[in-house]
Amino acid sequence: MITKRIIPCLDVKDGRVVKGVNFQGLSDVSSPVELGKYYSDNGADELVFYDITASAEGRALFTDILKEVASKIFIPLTVGGGINTVADFDRVLKCGADKVSVNSGAIRNPGLIEEAAKIYGDQCVVLSVDVKRVDGVFRVFAKGGRENTGMEALEWIRRGVESGAGEIVVNSIDTDGVKQGFDLEMLEAVLNIVNVPVIASGGAGGIGDFVELFHKLPTVDAGLAASIFHFGEVAIPDLKRELHKENIIVRL
Amino acid sequence: MIAIVDYGVGNLYSLKSSFEYLGIPTIVTRDKTEIENSDKILLPGVGAFRDAAKSLAGYGLDKVVREQASLGKPMLGICLGMQMLFDKSFEYGEYDGLGLISGNVRPLAGAIPETLKIPHIGWNALHFPKNKEKSPIFKYVEEGECVYFVHSYYAADCDESVIATAEYGMEVTAAAAKNNVFGCQFHPEKSGEVGMKILRAFHEYRA
Repeated sequence: MITKRIIPCLDVKDGRVVKGVNFQGLSDVSSPVELGKYYSDNGADELVFYDITASAEGRALFTDILKEVASKIFIPLTVGGGINTVADFDRVLKCGADKVSVNSGAIRNPGLIEEAAKIYGDQCVVLSVDVKRVDGVFRVFAKGGRENTGMEALEWIRRGVESGAGEIVVNSIDTDGVKQGFDLEMLEAVLNIVNVPVIASGGAGGIGDFVELFHKLPTVDAGLAASIFHFGEVAIPDLKRELHKENIIVRL
Repeated sequence: MIAIVDYGVGNLYSLKSSFEYLGIPTIVTRDKTEIENSDKILLPGVGAFRDAAKSLAGYGLDKVVREQASLGKPMLGICLGMQMLFDKSFEYGEYDGLGLISGNVRPLAGAIPETLKIPHIGWNALHFPKNKEKSPIFKYVEEGECVYFVHSYYAADCDESVIATAEYGMEVTAAAAKNNVFGCQFHPEKSGEVGMKILRAFHEYRA
């Protein structure tokens, strides 16, 4: 059977990984290449590089670094951040990305998902959604979770899949950074309405949270996290051994 | 020198990089003479079967690839490139493949339980048929090691040429071979160390 995926996410600004990391043995802890390689050698099933650069210069640096990453790391790479047009898809796919994650770009231009899926295939288009409860309703937030779009999240996701999104990243703003576990209620609501892979994001504080995620929601495909991996709170090989012990199928 | 056939379908960057990483020389080409002069041929491919087959034929490379295969040159098809090695595909119609391995390419939809998601995407374990000798391209790979799949169609009607399977609601053809012609449904260039071991073994293979 297909294994559950563990995915570290790296934020990149001007070609460098932001948020310090404290792994021993890495000479340059903010090099996307070194860090990506480290994760790849230590059991990550996939890597997400999120470009948080605002400037054109920074974007060019990101593209260069992505090429270097893709020439040294041979696991699936997903790229997000600043994806607004099909030309942006083209730019990162040519540098070796396998999947492209859209978020605000799709909110501004909902046609982007369909357009990209037609050219590159559904499997290439990842819809990433920042979701927060407002008066008991799941709402889509934009601009890195700062702005309520007023859109109903489940409807947005359903439409996204219909348009050709081949994978959904559900980032719960409610649980993000709280480290008390993934947002199981929100994830379950999403799993109930789509038949494409769903990636859980936001809220992981320890190994137990991943065990709970995959036990309680057996159809969820992957768990994504950033800081707990970067700060060494959870080492992926330990996490996978524990999941394996709990009879959750992972790649060891 | 391995010729990576560039017929305008898909991104060859990772594939080329992985051979570079292994120190194995490759040439990305659609030139007939360069393909003829190569030691081995790698046939990549992503996207839809019809477009890929049309594109390969459009460059006149279907003939070259078939000819080279019949001369005994080692060949490896990857993903859609693997599917093209078979007789026919039923992806959005019915299209002829290269006919180098007998079998047909059929949709996973309808063949696997409805509860399973399509495409079959992610890391899955390789299983080697117990009644066959392990294929030379898997000489460094152990039973149960995982590789990365992304596909919605699979090679069927090809039992005798199956050299590896993956479990996804059924035994999905993960790799097939006939003499000097090999095909992997998964992406070795995205399968980490295990994938590198397969590419290395292909490089070392002598027909």
